[in-house]
Amino acid sequence: MQKKNQTQKKKEYQKYVEQKAPKPNYVHNCIWAFFVGGIICTVGQFVHNTVEDSLGITHLAATNATTLIMIGIGAFLTGIGIYDKIGKKAGAGSIVPITGFANSIVSPAMEFKREGYVFGVAARMFNLAGPVLVYGITSSVIVGLIYYLIIN
Amino acid sequence: MAVKRLGAQTIKFLNPPAIISTGSIVGPKEGQGPLADYFDMIIQDDLFGQNSWELAESKLIREAVTKAIDKAELKIADIEFMFGGDLLNQLMSSCFAARDLQVPFLGLYGACSTMTEGLSMAAMMVDGGFADRVVATTSSHFSSAERQFRFPLELGNQRPLTASWTVTGSGAAILSHSETGPFITYATIGKIVDYGIIDANNMGAAMAPAAADTICTHFDDTGILPSDYDLIITGDLGRYGKEIAVELLAKKGYNAVVNFSDCGIEIFDHKKQDTHAGGSGCGCSAVVFCGYLYQQLKLKNLKKILLVSTGALFSPTSAQQGESIPCIAHAVTIEI
Repeated sequence: MQKKNQTQKKKEYQKYVEQKAPKPNYVHNCIWAFFVGGIICTVGQFVHNTVEDSLGITHLAATNATTLIMIGIGAFLTGIGIYDKIGKKAGAGSIVPITGFANSIVSPAMEFKREGYVFGVAARMFNLAGPVLVYGITSSVIVGLIYYLIIN
Repeated sequence: MAVKRLGAQTIKFLNPPAIISTGSIVGPKEGQGPLADYFDMIIQDDLFGQNSWELAESKLIREAVTKAIDKAELKIADIEFMFGGDLLNQLMSSCFAARDLQVPFLGLYGACSTMTEGLSMAAMMVDGGFADRVVATTSSHFSSAERQFRFPLELGNQRPLTASWTVTGSGAAILSHSETGPFITYATIGKIVDYGIIDANNMGAAMAPAAADTICTHFDDTGILPSDYDLIITGDLGRYGKEIAVELLAKKGYNAVVNFSDCGIEIFDHKKQDTHAGGSGCGCSAVVFCGYLYQQLKLKNLKKILLVSTGALFSPTSAQQGESIPCIAHAVTIEI
């Protein structure tokens, strides 16, 4: 009985805290995410068009090249300490594009440089991006298998 | 018989030890805050000329202790014992500072409550006649705390509004017997209170019940009333945690509003410095007490205060395992 009261009291407190916590300004955040995310995608499209036209490569090859270039830009902006400032304003707008993926790999790599190149940089690099890779690759394998089975 | 014990959780010092000197040192961001004038030293480079954030934090402790010793016109060898603690695994910065200072050392882990934990222990040692000069110190560093508890600095994420900003800084207080104060007269040791809050980005809400519990127990044990204090100041509840604590106190019948504040709110300018809920970390209550409050006591602008450092005793492991956050608060009465 004592325990039940206790959990009831705890639940009430948690509910009270939830009400008390300030709510982020969703509209403001969405607008920022929309425009910054849009700008990043526009830059990506511009890079894609330029690469495709100037190098005369196929559409798919240009897509791969664009991915590389955007990752490079994301990593560079992280390295000079700008990407976290963009992320603070843009939120999902700069996390979802592939530049955000670059940021999530480069930032721990920089952070743990002091622990050495093996146990620091290399081991910690995928701290944040690791789960994305694991589940991304796993699900792509599963989808691939299903596709293979359906086609045959 | 324990003649100095009072009520359920309080110690009354019969030979109240005096705080003869303090040292405080803060990082650049704290140096731009409203309390900047009260700190002994503001560093401009938050690496402090070291190779890592952890070593920088360790140097902060060393400098704060040395500063306090210099101000008391003592030598390092005059200090008989040192109580110290910080937020890092295995108390890295305190241990490394103690290695350099070569003072007999007792490490404490009370998360952000370490300042009052250290002051209580040091006061017991001096009052009990086990030592004449004891230093209590603690530190935190924004960057070393972020990498241990949160995310890499360069990660482009958004901090929730309830999140707090770990203070870069260290404070040290030397306790001894002296004719002139301020004196430590009571210490109320807190119990761990856990209301099941899991969100490590809302530590103010997690810690508020612990703070309220210790403060109420302190009043019950000592018979002192909230209005007897010029200031009741919690460690790092932040803006939202403080509101909750005031409401919890009111529910228990103690009205503390005008003379109630929080070190985490005082140290930063909320409007200009973008620190969300306010400052946190061991260093928060340490530098606010050793810098600002100590001077106000010396100048007699404040005559009697209750310092209540609050600690959230979670670890990255416990958080990942989905456990709630156990919290603690220790209260120390300091009067002139």
